[in-house]
Amino acid sequence: MAEVSLRKVVKRYDDVEAVRGIDLDIPDHEFVVLVGPSGCGKSTTLRMIAGLEDISDGEILIGGDVVNDVPPKDRDIAMVFQNYALYPHMTVAENMSFGLRLKRYPKAEIKQRVTEAARMLDITDLIDRKPKQLSGGQRQRVAMGRAIVRNPKVFLFDEPLSNLDAKLRVQMRIEIKKVHQKVRTTTVYVTHDQVEAMTLADRVVVMNHGRIEQIGPPNELYHRPATKFVAGFIGSPAMNFIPCRIEDAGGTLQVRISDTIAFPLPREHAARYGGTSRDTKLLLGLRPEHIVDAQSGQGPSFQTFNATPDVIEPMGMETFVYFPIAGVQLCGRINPGIDARAGVPLRLAVDLNHMHLLNETTGQVL
Amino acid sequence: MSTIAIDKAGPSRKTKYGSISRDRAWALRWSYFFLIIFTIVSLVPPIYMLITSLKSSTEISAATNPWWVFHPTLENYIALLSSNQFLTFFWNSALVSVLVVIITMLISVPAAFALSRMRFWGSATIATGIFLTYLIPDTLLFLPLFKMFATFNDWTGIPLINRWYVLVIVYPTLTVPFCTWIMIGYFASIPKELDEAAIIDGASWFQTLTRIFIPVALPGLIAATIFAFTVSWAQFLYPMVFTTSTDQLVMPAGIITTLIKGDVFNWGQIMTGALLGAAPPLIIYAFLMDYYISGLTAGATKG
Repeated sequence: MAEVSLRKVVKRYDDVEAVRGIDLDIPDHEFVVLVGPSGCGKSTTLRMIAGLEDISDGEILIGGDVVNDVPPKDRDIAMVFQNYALYPHMTVAENMSFGLRLKRYPKAEIKQRVTEAARMLDITDLIDRKPKQLSGGQRQRVAMGRAIVRNPKVFLFDEPLSNLDAKLRVQMRIEIKKVHQKVRTTTVYVTHDQVEAMTLADRVVVMNHGRIEQIGPPNELYHRPATKFVAGFIGSPAMNFIPCRIEDAGGTLQVRISDTIAFPLPREHAARYGGTSRDTKLLLGLRPEHIVDAQSGQGPSFQTFNATPDVIEPMGMETFVYFPIAGVQLCGRINPGIDARAGVPLRLAVDLNHMHLLNETTGQVL
Repeated sequence: MSTIAIDKAGPSRKTKYGSISRDRAWALRWSYFFLIIFTIVSLVPPIYMLITSLKSSTEISAATNPWWVFHPTLENYIALLSSNQFLTFFWNSALVSVLVVIITMLISVPAAFALSRMRFWGSATIATGIFLTYLIPDTLLFLPLFKMFATFNDWTGIPLINRWYVLVIVYPTLTVPFCTWIMIGYFASIPKELDEAAIIDGASWFQTLTRIFIPVALPGLIAATIFAFTVSWAQFLYPMVFTTSTDQLVMPAGIITTLIKGDVFNWGQIMTGALLGAAPPLIIYAFLMDYYISGLTAGATKG
């Protein structure tokens, strides 16, 4: 096991920069998830750590050693691919032991390691089957088993759950977390699914356009996003962004959303945003769970307003309402007991204790 | 109520399925029509060969129905199989073909692997170039080749002309390009993640080839083997040009040179020889067909 460090890592394809100078330190035992939209450079970064892509600039260190010119097989890493990449002509046991057999491990040790990994992943009964006789979830387990038996310094996962159906994905997510809790191997996991990132990671690395937007534990990213991109990417349904301005109102501050709607800021927020220029174009960031029905939203930090929902999404334990305000479509989460109907005005409340203010031009959270 | 609903739904559904099955029926009729024509065209010559091989020379030259055997005899078969000459041709053919298949595979499989997987400067151009060499007809090549071998003989004293092993040198010029091309196609269909997984597992390029690619691309390998064997077994022009002594001849050249004496054609034995000569490839196809058809890549990645 080992720590992984990326120092100003750059990947260029001809004249396109896929990864633009990434710095990242992953301590031993940590589970780090690289997340971002497609084309953000997350897979390329992972493949550079694996040694499947050359590094155009910068350094990658595994266990303190620079591995830029070390071939993949000498980096002591194991990788799980999105499409499993099992060897179709080998049985499950042969697939899992292939790396060990190449390294000429003693037969008894190979057998012991394979048996142990198979038991951990609950695939003991499948050990003599060929990949084509397995379901998608079983194949993914075998692919993980192949990584585990090697007992590598680092696990690399490249969107391992993307080919599975939704139900199986949730189940495998839990399996992966369990495995990591048992083996504690340093793990770098790539996904475009923010739910996977939030649920699996010790720390999440949000990437966009080949750069790191923010690094932090899941809850920190959720509650204290640094940029509009992170605020919008993490959380589902996504955070609402409402164009607004700050104005003085009788010794305190308020955010004005439209001619008719303005919310006075709670005291600590007013102090925080007091220095912001009154002319700056701002965005008010509010997560759907902080726009609730007026009955639920009782308290000093809540401000009420009227809205006419055009779409209602009952989810059982909650109901999402979508409504236009000041030219933007917003989403709120109301008590499912409330009889909300499309086209019928509804009294809603926003919880300004959880508000974010963003600079519309720079995208930075203030 | 429900009866009415079914009645209403009935006709429209029927029409829809009916039209699909009618289309299908016509498609099937056309397929059978062309399949029958194709079968006749491809089976009539061998049947004629079989009929003729069972006739005596007298019956062949008699003015009777050529499509029927009135006095079946195995004399042609006995004559050929008991002649040492014919067995020599057969042995030469087998030796040449097996060696050519081995040489072809040893060259084209690693070449295809390198060209399809190890990206290097000019690999795409070389891949196309290999295929283009296949397009040059052998009738253009035999004279320069003959001259080359003669010069080689003058320089080194090693005789190549009129030796069976010259064919082992010449045939790969026909088989290697095509087999490399087939194998490039097969290797290209193997997902890239499979070799990446192997490389991460610690396999060298050579181990990736021998332990992953060759087993996974076995159907393609068999297709290429069948091709190489057929080409070397049936090649006619080169053995006619490069070999002349009866102990150096392979089957196609041997049958023609020894069974046609001046203007006397020994049709019965020629047909028998051709039939016996066609047997080995047929047997090989029959054995390898199952492998050839079965898709071994199933299950490697998400279907």
